[in-house]
Amino acid sequence: MKNEIIIAGFGGQGVLSMGKILAYAGLLDGKEVSWMPAYGPEQRGGTANVTVILSDEMISSPVLDTYDVAVILNQQSLDKFESRVKPGGLLIYDPYGIHRKPQRTDIKVAAVEATEAAIESGNPKTYNMLLLGALLKLVPMVPIETVVKGLEKTLPPRHHKLIPLNREAILRGEQLVENL
Amino acid sequence: MKQHEEEVKLLKGNEAIAHAAIRYGVDGYFGYPITPQSEVLETLEALMPWETTGMVVLQAESEVAAINMVYGGASSGKAVMTSSSSPGVSLKQEGISYIAAGELPALIVNVMRGGPGLGTIQPSQADYFQAVKGGGHGDYHLIVLAPASVQEMADFVGLGFDLSFKYRTPAMILADGVIGQMMEKVVLPPAKPRRTDAEIEAQCPWAARGKHGRKQRNVSTTLELDPQAMEKNNIRLQETYRKIEQNEVRFEEYMTDDAEYLLVAFGCMSRICRKTIEDARAQGIKVGLLRPITLWPFPSEAISRLAERMKGILVCELNAGQMVEDVRLAVEGKTPVRHFGRTGGIVPNPTEVLDALRKEVIK
Repeated sequence: MKNEIIIAGFGGQGVLSMGKILAYAGLLDGKEVSWMPAYGPEQRGGTANVTVILSDEMISSPVLDTYDVAVILNQQSLDKFESRVKPGGLLIYDPYGIHRKPQRTDIKVAAVEATEAAIESGNPKTYNMLLLGALLKLVPMVPIETVVKGLEKTLPPRHHKLIPLNREAILRGEQLVENL
Repeated sequence: MKQHEEEVKLLKGNEAIAHAAIRYGVDGYFGYPITPQSEVLETLEALMPWETTGMVVLQAESEVAAINMVYGGASSGKAVMTSSSSPGVSLKQEGISYIAAGELPALIVNVMRGGPGLGTIQPSQADYFQAVKGGGHGDYHLIVLAPASVQEMADFVGLGFDLSFKYRTPAMILADGVIGQMMEKVVLPPAKPRRTDAEIEAQCPWAARGKHGRKQRNVSTTLELDPQAMEKNNIRLQETYRKIEQNEVRFEEYMTDDAEYLLVAFGCMSRICRKTIEDARAQGIKVGLLRPITLWPFPSEAISRLAERMKGILVCELNAGQMVEDVRLAVEGKTPVRHFGRTGGIVPNPTEVLDALRKEVIK
Protein backbone atom coordinates (compact mmCIF):
# COMPACT_ATOMS: atom_id res chain seq x y z
CA MET A 1 0.00 0.00 0.00
CA LYS A 2 1.26 3.43 -0.90
CA ASN A 3 -0.54 6.78 -0.73
CA GLU A 4 1.03 9.77 -2.40
CA ILE A 5 -0.82 12.87 -1.26
CA ILE A 6 -0.59 16.60 -1.89
CA ILE A 7 -2.33 19.03 0.46
CA ALA A 8 -2.43 22.58 -0.87
CA GLY A 9 -4.04 25.85 0.10
CA PHE A 10 -3.28 29.22 1.65
CA GLY A 11 -0.71 29.70 4.37
CA GLY A 12 -2.58 29.69 7.69
CA GLN A 13 -5.21 27.11 6.72
CA GLY A 14 -3.32 24.41 8.56
CA VAL A 15 -2.03 22.66 5.44
CA LEU A 16 1.38 21.80 6.86
CA SER A 17 0.08 20.74 10.28
CA MET A 18 -2.62 18.58 8.70
CA GLY A 19 0.12 16.84 6.72
CA LYS A 20 2.24 16.49 9.83
CA ILE A 21 -0.57 14.90 11.85
CA LEU A 22 -1.29 12.50 8.97
CA ALA A 23 2.41 11.60 8.71
CA TYR A 24 2.63 11.08 12.45
CA ALA A 25 -0.40 8.77 12.39
CA GLY A 26 1.31 6.81 9.60
CA LEU A 27 4.43 6.51 11.72
CA LEU A 28 2.43 5.23 14.71
CA ASP A 29 0.76 2.74 12.37
CA GLY A 30 4.18 1.34 11.44
CA LYS A 31 4.30 2.80 7.93
CA GLU A 32 7.12 4.52 6.12
CA VAL A 33 6.33 8.23 5.90
CA SER A 34 7.68 11.38 4.34
CA TRP A 35 6.53 14.99 4.69
CA MET A 36 7.96 17.52 2.27
CA PRO A 37 6.77 21.11 2.50
CA ALA A 38 7.06 23.76 -0.14
CA TYR A 39 8.81 25.96 2.39
CA GLY A 40 9.62 29.63 2.47
CA PRO A 41 7.85 32.68 1.09
CA GLU A 42 4.80 30.57 0.22
CA GLN A 43 3.87 30.66 3.87
CA ARG A 44 3.49 34.41 4.06
CA GLY A 45 -0.02 34.98 2.78
CA GLY A 46 0.60 33.01 -0.39
CA THR A 47 -0.01 29.38 -1.17
CA ALA A 48 1.31 26.56 0.99
CA ASN A 49 1.56 22.91 0.12
CA VAL A 50 2.98 19.71 1.49
CA THR A 51 3.60 16.31 -0.05
CA VAL A 52 2.86 13.43 2.32
CA ILE A 53 3.65 9.82 1.47
CA LEU A 54 2.49 6.84 3.54
CA SER A 55 3.83 3.52 2.36
CA ASP A 56 4.40 -0.06 3.45
CA GLU A 57 7.74 0.01 1.65
CA MET A 58 10.76 2.31 1.65
CA ILE A 59 9.94 5.69 0.11
CA SER A 60 12.15 6.73 -2.77
CA SER A 61 11.46 10.32 -3.75
CA PRO A 62 9.83 12.75 -1.32
CA VAL A 63 9.28 15.03 -4.35
CA LEU A 64 6.58 13.92 -6.79
CA ASP A 65 4.93 15.11 -9.98
CA THR A 66 1.71 13.09 -9.74
CA TYR A 67 -0.41 12.16 -6.75
CA ASP A 68 -2.98 9.53 -5.71
CA VAL A 69 -4.85 12.11 -3.68
CA ALA A 70 -4.98 15.91 -3.78
CA VAL A 71 -6.59 17.90 -0.96
CA ILE A 72 -7.17 21.34 -2.42
CA LEU A 73 -8.18 24.38 -0.38
CA ASN A 74 -8.00 27.31 -2.81
CA GLN A 75 -8.35 28.20 -6.49
CA GLN A 76 -4.62 28.65 -7.15
CA SER A 77 -3.89 25.18 -5.82
CA LEU A 78 -6.75 23.67 -7.80
CA ASP A 79 -5.39 25.26 -10.97
CA LYS A 80 -1.92 23.95 -10.19
CA PHE A 81 -2.64 20.42 -9.01
CA GLU A 82 -5.83 19.21 -10.72
CA SER A 83 -3.90 17.97 -13.74
CA ARG A 84 -1.40 16.19 -11.51
CA VAL A 85 -3.83 13.73 -9.89
CA LYS A 86 -3.19 10.24 -11.27
CA PRO A 87 -5.99 8.84 -13.47
CA GLY A 88 -8.38 7.03 -11.13
CA GLY A 89 -7.10 9.14 -8.22
CA LEU A 90 -9.03 11.35 -5.85
CA LEU A 91 -9.38 15.13 -5.68
CA ILE A 92 -10.91 16.54 -2.50
CA TYR A 93 -11.63 20.25 -2.57
CA ASP A 94 -13.36 22.87 -0.49
CA PRO A 95 -15.76 24.76 -2.81
CA TYR A 96 -15.51 27.92 -0.66
CA GLY A 97 -13.96 30.61 -2.86
CA ILE A 98 -13.70 28.30 -5.87
CA HIS A 99 -14.98 29.93 -9.07
CA ARG A 100 -13.69 27.35 -11.54
CA LYS A 101 -14.64 23.85 -10.44
CA PRO A 102 -12.58 20.76 -11.22
CA GLN A 103 -13.02 19.62 -14.84
CA ARG A 104 -11.48 16.13 -14.85
CA THR A 105 -13.76 13.15 -15.40
CA ASP A 106 -11.12 10.41 -15.10
CA ILE A 107 -10.68 10.97 -11.35
CA LYS A 108 -12.99 10.93 -8.36
CA VAL A 109 -13.88 14.44 -7.19
CA ALA A 110 -15.25 15.16 -3.71
CA ALA A 111 -16.46 18.64 -2.76
CA VAL A 112 -16.19 18.99 1.02
CA GLU A 113 -17.75 22.11 2.49
CA ALA A 114 -15.25 22.33 5.29
CA THR A 115 -15.11 26.13 5.60
CA GLU A 116 -18.84 26.26 6.12
CA ALA A 117 -18.78 23.36 8.58
CA ALA A 118 -15.88 24.89 10.51
CA ILE A 119 -17.70 28.21 10.90
CA GLU A 120 -20.93 26.41 11.87
CA SER A 121 -19.10 24.42 14.54
CA GLY A 122 -17.92 27.62 16.23
CA ASN A 123 -14.31 26.40 16.08
CA PRO A 124 -12.97 27.60 12.74
CA LYS A 125 -9.46 26.55 13.74
CA THR A 126 -10.47 22.90 13.46
CA TYR A 127 -10.86 23.43 9.70
CA ASN A 128 -7.95 21.22 8.76
CA MET A 129 -9.14 18.41 11.05
CA LEU A 130 -12.53 18.43 9.29
CA LEU A 131 -10.71 17.91 6.02
CA LEU A 132 -8.50 15.23 7.53
CA GLY A 133 -11.63 13.39 8.67
CA ALA A 134 -13.09 13.62 5.17
CA LEU A 135 -9.83 12.41 3.65
CA LEU A 136 -9.57 9.42 5.99
CA LYS A 137 -13.21 8.47 5.37
CA LEU A 138 -12.61 8.41 1.61
CA VAL A 139 -9.12 6.86 1.86
CA PRO A 140 -8.93 4.92 5.14
CA MET A 141 -5.13 4.73 5.20
CA VAL A 142 -4.82 5.05 9.00
CA PRO A 143 -7.42 4.53 11.76
CA ILE A 144 -8.91 7.71 13.27
CA GLU A 145 -7.86 6.62 16.76
CA THR A 146 -4.25 6.47 15.59
CA VAL A 147 -4.59 10.06 14.39
CA VAL A 148 -5.86 11.05 17.83
CA LYS A 149 -2.86 9.29 19.40
CA GLY A 150 -0.70 11.23 16.97
CA LEU A 151 -2.24 14.47 18.24
CA GLU A 152 -1.33 13.48 21.79
CA LYS A 153 2.27 12.97 20.68
CA THR A 154 2.62 16.08 18.52
CA LEU A 155 0.76 18.64 20.62
CA PRO A 156 2.50 20.09 23.66
CA PRO A 157 0.74 18.98 26.91
CA ARG A 158 -0.73 22.47 27.46
CA HIS A 159 -2.82 21.93 24.33
CA HIS A 160 -3.99 18.40 25.16
CA LYS A 161 -7.32 19.80 26.37
CA LEU A 162 -8.04 20.61 22.72
CA ILE A 163 -7.72 16.99 21.58
CA PRO A 164 -11.41 16.08 22.13
CA LEU A 165 -12.37 19.11 20.03
CA ASN A 166 -10.08 17.98 17.22
CA ARG A 167 -11.38 14.43 17.49
CA GLU A 168 -14.93 15.72 17.11
CA ALA A 169 -13.87 17.74 14.06
CA ILE A 170 -12.33 14.64 12.45
CA LEU A 171 -15.55 12.68 13.06
CA ARG A 172 -17.63 15.60 11.71
CA GLY A 173 -15.38 15.61 8.64
CA GLU A 174 -16.15 11.95 8.10
CA GLN A 175 -19.88 12.76 8.15
CA LEU A 176 -19.41 15.49 5.53
CA VAL A 177 -18.51 12.90 2.92
CA GLU A 178 -20.79 10.12 4.08
CA ASN A 179 -23.24 10.62 1.24
CA LEU A 180 -20.66 11.01 -1.54
CA MET B 1 19.52 12.31 29.66
CA LYS B 2 17.26 9.32 29.11
CA GLN B 3 18.08 6.95 26.31
CA HIS B 4 15.40 6.00 23.81
CA GLU B 5 17.50 3.93 21.47
CA GLU B 6 14.60 2.25 19.71
CA GLU B 7 12.25 5.19 19.69
CA VAL B 8 11.29 6.16 16.16
CA LYS B 9 10.75 9.89 15.78
CA LEU B 10 9.34 12.02 12.99
CA LEU B 11 11.79 14.86 12.47
CA LYS B 12 12.98 17.36 9.91
CA GLY B 13 16.53 16.79 8.71
CA ASN B 14 17.65 19.98 10.41
CA GLU B 15 16.03 18.93 13.69
CA ALA B 16 17.71 15.52 13.44
CA ILE B 17 21.11 17.23 13.26
CA ALA B 18 20.40 19.13 16.48
CA HIS B 19 19.22 16.03 18.36
CA ALA B 20 22.16 13.98 17.07
CA ALA B 21 24.66 16.66 18.11
CA ILE B 22 23.45 16.62 21.71
CA ARG B 23 23.45 12.81 21.79
CA TYR B 24 26.96 12.61 20.34
CA GLY B 25 28.22 14.70 23.23
CA VAL B 26 29.14 17.77 21.18
CA ASP B 27 30.76 20.45 23.34
CA GLY B 28 29.71 23.50 21.39
CA TYR B 29 27.52 24.70 18.55
CA PHE B 30 28.04 28.17 17.12
CA GLY B 31 25.67 29.38 14.45
CA TYR B 32 23.76 32.15 12.81
CA PRO B 33 20.25 31.74 11.37
CA ILE B 34 19.67 31.35 7.65
CA THR B 35 16.94 29.54 5.73
CA PRO B 36 16.76 26.61 5.02
CA GLN B 37 18.79 25.45 8.03
CA SER B 38 17.56 27.68 10.88
CA GLU B 39 15.86 24.74 12.61
CA VAL B 40 19.28 23.44 13.65
CA LEU B 41 19.86 26.43 15.91
CA GLU B 42 16.16 26.72 16.83
CA THR B 43 15.95 23.08 17.89
CA LEU B 44 19.13 23.33 19.95
CA GLU B 45 17.79 26.43 21.69
CA ALA B 46 14.50 24.63 22.38
CA LEU B 47 16.21 21.51 23.73
CA MET B 48 18.49 23.57 26.02
CA PRO B 49 21.33 21.02 26.20
CA TRP B 50 23.38 23.37 28.40
CA GLU B 51 21.10 22.23 31.22
CA THR B 52 21.62 18.52 30.53
CA THR B 53 24.94 17.71 28.83
CA GLY B 54 26.53 21.12 29.37
CA MET B 55 26.80 21.69 25.61
CA VAL B 56 27.27 25.34 24.67
CA VAL B 57 24.79 26.66 22.10
CA LEU B 58 25.54 30.15 20.91
CA GLN B 59 24.01 32.39 18.28
CA ALA B 60 27.00 34.39 17.14
CA GLU B 61 26.86 37.89 15.69
CA SER B 62 27.70 36.57 12.23
CA GLU B 63 28.75 33.48 10.31
CA VAL B 64 32.35 34.68 10.38
CA ALA B 65 32.26 34.93 14.17
CA ALA B 66 30.66 31.49 14.43
CA ILE B 67 33.32 29.71 12.38
CA ASN B 68 36.10 31.41 14.34
CA MET B 69 34.47 30.28 17.59
CA VAL B 70 34.58 26.79 16.09
CA TYR B 71 38.28 27.35 15.26
CA GLY B 72 38.97 28.31 18.84
CA GLY B 73 37.00 25.46 20.34
CA ALA B 74 38.58 22.94 17.96
CA SER B 75 42.07 24.16 18.90
CA SER B 76 41.34 23.16 22.49
CA GLY B 77 40.26 19.63 21.50
CA LYS B 78 36.54 20.22 21.97
CA ALA B 79 33.96 18.67 19.66
CA VAL B 80 32.54 21.80 18.04
CA MET B 81 30.35 22.52 15.07
CA THR B 82 28.54 25.14 13.06
CA SER B 83 25.80 25.06 10.47
CA SER B 84 24.63 27.45 7.80
CA SER B 85 23.38 27.62 4.24
CA SER B 86 25.21 28.58 1.07
CA PRO B 87 25.81 32.37 1.44
CA GLY B 88 26.67 31.83 5.10
CA VAL B 89 29.06 29.01 4.25
CA SER B 90 30.83 31.28 1.76
CA LEU B 91 31.46 33.67 4.65
CA LYS B 92 32.97 30.83 6.67
CA GLN B 93 35.54 29.80 4.06
CA GLU B 94 38.49 31.68 5.54
CA GLY B 95 37.91 30.05 8.90
CA ILE B 96 37.48 26.62 7.32
CA SER B 97 40.83 26.97 5.54
CA TYR B 98 42.46 27.88 8.89
CA ILE B 99 40.86 24.91 10.65
CA ALA B 100 42.09 22.59 7.88
CA ALA B 101 45.58 24.13 8.01
CA GLY B 102 45.63 23.84 11.78
CA GLU B 103 44.85 20.10 11.47
CA LEU B 104 41.85 20.48 13.71
CA PRO B 105 38.65 18.46 13.96
CA ALA B 106 35.35 20.26 13.45
CA LEU B 107 31.99 19.69 11.81
CA ILE B 108 30.46 22.17 9.38
CA VAL B 109 26.93 21.67 8.06
CA ASN B 110 25.82 23.29 4.82
CA VAL B 111 22.13 22.95 3.96
CA MET B 112 22.44 24.30 0.45
CA ARG B 113 20.11 26.85 -1.15
CA GLY B 114 20.02 28.27 -4.64
CA GLY B 115 22.69 30.77 -5.62
CA PRO B 116 24.92 32.42 -6.64
CA GLY B 117 24.76 35.51 -4.45
CA LEU B 118 22.02 35.77 -1.89
CA GLY B 119 20.00 33.67 -4.35
CA THR B 120 16.91 31.87 -3.15
CA ILE B 121 15.95 29.88 -0.07
CA GLN B 122 14.89 26.87 -2.16
CA PRO B 123 17.01 23.69 -2.42
CA SER B 124 20.23 23.47 -4.42
CA GLN B 125 23.42 21.44 -4.75
CA ALA B 126 25.46 24.20 -6.33
CA ASP B 127 28.07 24.30 -3.55
CA TYR B 128 29.57 20.96 -4.64
CA PHE B 129 32.69 22.59 -6.08
CA GLN B 130 33.08 24.78 -3.00
CA ALA B 131 32.80 21.80 -0.65
CA VAL B 132 34.97 19.25 -2.46
CA LYS B 133 37.53 21.40 -4.29
CA GLY B 134 38.52 23.71 -1.50
CA GLY B 135 36.30 26.72 -1.13
CA GLY B 136 38.82 28.53 0.97
CA HIS B 137 42.42 29.21 -0.03
CA GLY B 138 45.25 26.72 -0.09
CA ASP B 139 45.67 23.01 -0.76
CA TYR B 140 43.23 21.36 1.59
CA HIS B 141 40.28 19.02 1.57
CA LEU B 142 37.26 18.52 3.78
CA ILE B 143 35.74 15.12 4.36
CA VAL B 144 32.39 15.76 2.69
CA LEU B 145 29.37 13.64 3.63
CA ALA B 146 26.17 13.90 1.56
CA PRO B 147 23.08 12.70 3.46
CA ALA B 148 20.08 11.50 1.44
CA SER B 149 17.64 10.99 4.30
CA VAL B 150 16.73 12.39 7.69
CA GLN B 151 18.26 9.25 9.21
CA GLU B 152 21.57 10.07 7.55
CA MET B 153 21.35 13.67 8.78
CA ALA B 154 21.34 12.21 12.29
CA ASP B 155 23.92 9.50 11.61
CA PHE B 156 26.43 11.72 9.81
CA VAL B 157 26.85 14.03 12.79
CA GLY B 158 28.55 11.18 14.64
CA LEU B 159 30.32 9.87 11.55
CA GLY B 160 31.53 13.36 10.67
CA PHE B 161 32.99 13.95 14.12
CA ASP B 162 34.52 10.45 14.31
CA LEU B 163 36.29 10.89 10.97
CA SER B 164 37.24 14.45 11.79
CA PHE B 165 38.93 13.45 15.06
CA LYS B 166 40.49 10.35 13.48
CA TYR B 167 42.24 12.34 10.75
CA ARG B 168 42.40 15.74 12.46
CA THR B 169 40.73 17.46 9.55
CA PRO B 170 37.38 19.25 9.36
CA ALA B 171 34.36 17.39 8.01
CA MET B 172 31.35 18.83 6.25
CA ILE B 173 27.79 17.56 5.99
CA LEU B 174 26.70 18.81 2.58
CA ALA B 175 22.92 18.63 2.64
CA ASP B 176 20.28 20.48 0.66
CA GLY B 177 17.01 22.27 1.38
CA VAL B 178 14.97 19.14 0.68
CA ILE B 179 16.80 16.94 3.18
CA GLY B 180 16.91 19.78 5.72
CA GLN B 181 13.20 20.61 5.51
CA MET B 182 11.55 17.23 4.97
CA MET B 183 10.31 15.04 7.81
CA GLU B 184 10.92 11.31 7.90
CA LYS B 185 11.21 8.54 10.41
CA VAL B 186 14.48 8.59 12.28
CA VAL B 187 15.99 6.49 15.03
CA LEU B 188 18.30 8.77 16.95
CA PRO B 189 21.74 7.48 17.93
CA PRO B 190 22.20 6.49 21.58
CA ALA B 191 23.14 9.37 23.86
CA LYS B 192 26.65 9.42 25.25
CA PRO B 193 28.17 11.88 27.71
CA ARG B 194 30.54 14.63 26.63
CA ARG B 195 34.21 13.74 27.03
CA THR B 196 35.84 14.67 30.31
CA ASP B 197 38.91 16.94 30.38
CA ALA B 198 41.10 13.87 30.99
CA GLU B 199 39.56 12.11 27.99
CA ILE B 200 40.14 15.16 25.80
CA GLU B 201 43.74 15.34 27.03
CA ALA B 202 44.26 11.64 26.16
CA GLN B 203 42.55 11.86 22.77
CA CYS B 204 44.00 15.22 21.74
CA PRO B 205 47.56 15.58 23.09
CA TRP B 206 47.97 18.41 20.55
CA ALA B 207 45.14 20.48 22.02
CA ALA B 208 46.00 24.02 23.11
CA ARG B 209 44.58 23.85 26.63
CA GLY B 210 47.49 24.52 28.99
CA LYS B 211 50.67 22.61 29.84
CA HIS B 212 49.18 19.54 31.56
CA GLY B 213 52.61 18.22 32.49
CA ARG B 214 54.27 19.30 29.25
CA LYS B 215 57.25 21.61 29.31
CA GLN B 216 55.69 23.87 26.70
CA ARG B 217 52.17 24.91 26.03
CA ASN B 218 50.63 23.56 22.82
CA VAL B 219 50.13 26.34 20.29
CA SER B 220 47.70 26.16 17.40
CA THR B 221 48.85 28.26 14.47
CA THR B 222 48.59 28.19 10.70
CA LEU B 223 51.37 30.75 10.11
CA GLU B 224 54.71 29.40 8.90
CA LEU B 225 56.94 31.89 7.15
CA ASP B 226 59.73 29.42 6.37
CA PRO B 227 58.87 27.90 2.98
CA GLN B 228 60.74 24.66 3.77
CA ALA B 229 58.72 24.16 6.92
CA MET B 230 55.50 25.24 5.21
CA GLU B 231 56.04 22.70 2.46
CA LYS B 232 56.49 20.03 5.13
CA ASN B 233 53.13 21.06 6.58
CA ASN B 234 51.58 20.69 3.14
CA ILE B 235 53.18 17.29 2.59
CA ARG B 236 51.82 16.13 5.95
CA LEU B 237 48.33 17.34 5.01
CA GLN B 238 48.53 15.58 1.66
CA GLU B 239 49.59 12.33 3.35
CA THR B 240 46.51 12.56 5.53
CA TYR B 241 44.33 13.14 2.47
CA ARG B 242 45.80 10.07 0.72
CA LYS B 243 44.95 7.96 3.80
CA ILE B 244 41.41 9.30 3.79
CA GLU B 245 41.10 8.50 0.09
CA GLN B 246 42.27 4.94 0.78
CA ASN B 247 40.09 4.25 3.79
CA GLU B 248 36.98 6.37 3.80
CA VAL B 249 35.26 6.25 0.40
CA ARG B 250 31.58 5.55 0.94
CA PHE B 251 28.88 5.02 -1.67
CA GLU B 252 25.69 3.11 -2.29
CA GLU B 253 24.61 1.19 -5.38
CA TYR B 254 20.96 0.62 -6.27
CA MET B 255 19.85 -1.84 -8.95
CA THR B 256 23.18 -1.74 -10.75
CA ASP B 257 23.59 -5.52 -11.12
CA ASP B 258 21.81 -5.80 -14.46
CA ALA B 259 21.82 -2.10 -15.35
CA GLU B 260 22.63 -0.89 -18.86
CA TYR B 261 22.42 2.76 -17.86
CA LEU B 262 23.64 4.45 -14.71
CA LEU B 263 22.39 7.48 -12.83
CA VAL B 264 24.87 9.17 -10.51
CA ALA B 265 23.34 11.49 -7.93
CA PHE B 266 23.82 12.55 -4.29
CA GLY B 267 21.56 13.93 -1.57
CA CYS B 268 17.95 14.65 -2.48
CA MET B 269 18.62 14.06 -6.18
CA SER B 270 19.50 10.44 -5.42
CA ARG B 271 16.06 10.00 -3.85
CA ILE B 272 14.37 11.46 -6.92
CA CYS B 273 16.51 9.20 -9.13
CA ARG B 274 15.38 6.12 -7.19
CA LYS B 275 11.80 6.94 -8.13
CA THR B 276 12.94 7.49 -11.73
CA ILE B 277 14.47 4.02 -11.64
CA GLU B 278 11.22 2.49 -10.34
CA ASP B 279 9.33 4.19 -13.18
CA ALA B 280 11.96 3.35 -15.83
CA ARG B 281 12.16 -0.30 -14.87
CA ALA B 282 8.37 -0.55 -15.05
CA GLN B 283 8.86 0.47 -18.68
CA GLY B 284 11.65 -2.07 -19.24
CA ILE B 285 14.59 0.35 -19.08
CA LYS B 286 17.43 -1.24 -17.11
CA VAL B 287 18.85 1.63 -15.11
CA GLY B 288 20.66 1.74 -11.78
CA LEU B 289 22.03 4.34 -9.40
CA LEU B 290 25.36 5.06 -7.83
CA ARG B 291 25.04 7.46 -4.91
CA PRO B 292 28.26 8.90 -3.54
CA ILE B 293 27.93 9.18 0.24
CA THR B 294 31.35 10.77 0.56
CA LEU B 295 31.71 13.47 -2.09
CA TRP B 296 35.31 13.79 -0.97
CA PRO B 297 36.88 11.29 -1.04
CA PHE B 298 34.99 10.57 -4.27
CA PRO B 299 34.03 6.99 -5.24
CA SER B 300 36.03 7.18 -8.48
CA GLU B 301 36.99 3.50 -8.55
CA ALA B 302 33.40 2.30 -8.13
CA ILE B 303 32.25 4.59 -10.93
CA SER B 304 35.13 3.51 -13.17
CA ARG B 305 34.26 -0.15 -12.55
CA LEU B 306 30.57 0.38 -13.32
CA ALA B 307 31.37 2.47 -16.41
CA GLU B 308 32.95 -0.62 -18.06
CA ARG B 309 29.52 -2.17 -18.59
CA MET B 310 27.22 0.83 -18.96
CA LYS B 311 25.86 2.10 -22.28
CA GLY B 312 25.76 5.57 -20.80
CA ILE B 313 25.75 7.58 -17.58
CA LEU B 314 23.53 10.49 -16.55
CA VAL B 315 24.74 12.63 -13.66
CA CYS B 316 21.80 14.39 -11.99
CA GLU B 317 22.41 17.41 -9.78
CA LEU B 318 20.71 20.57 -8.56
CA ASN B 319 23.36 22.63 -10.33
CA ALA B 320 24.63 23.44 -13.80
CA GLY B 321 27.14 20.58 -13.86
CA GLN B 322 29.65 20.17 -11.03
CA MET B 323 29.94 16.54 -9.83
CA VAL B 324 29.70 15.51 -13.50
CA GLU B 325 33.33 16.67 -13.87
CA ASP B 326 34.49 14.18 -11.23
CA VAL B 327 32.39 11.43 -12.82
CA ARG B 328 33.99 12.15 -16.22
CA LEU B 329 37.47 12.02 -14.65
CA ALA B 330 36.58 8.64 -13.14
CA VAL B 331 35.01 7.24 -16.32
CA GLU B 332 37.94 8.30 -18.55
CA GLY B 333 35.85 8.20 -21.69
CA LYS B 334 34.82 4.56 -21.31
CA THR B 335 31.19 5.45 -21.86
CA PRO B 336 29.29 8.68 -22.58
CA VAL B 337 28.63 10.85 -19.51
CA ARG B 338 25.85 13.43 -19.72
CA HIS B 339 24.49 15.88 -17.18
CA PHE B 340 20.96 16.77 -16.10
CA GLY B 341 20.49 19.62 -13.70
CA ARG B 342 18.06 22.27 -12.53
CA THR B 343 19.27 25.42 -10.85
CA GLY B 344 18.08 28.39 -8.85
CA GLY B 345 16.06 26.39 -6.33
CA ILE B 346 14.05 24.31 -8.81
CA VAL B 347 13.77 20.64 -7.79
CA PRO B 348 13.02 18.40 -10.76
CA ASN B 349 10.52 15.57 -10.47
CA PRO B 350 11.27 11.91 -11.30
CA THR B 351 9.63 12.18 -14.74
CA GLU B 352 11.92 15.03 -15.78
CA VAL B 353 14.90 12.84 -14.91
CA LEU B 354 13.49 9.96 -16.95
CA ASP B 355 12.87 12.29 -19.91
CA ALA B 356 16.47 13.51 -19.65
CA LEU B 357 17.76 9.93 -19.51
CA ARG B 358 15.85 9.14 -22.71
CA LYS B 359 16.90 12.30 -24.49
CA GLU B 360 20.53 12.53 -23.41
CA VAL B 361 21.67 8.95 -22.88
CA ILE B 362 19.37 6.30 -24.38
CA LYS B 363 18.50 8.30 -27.55
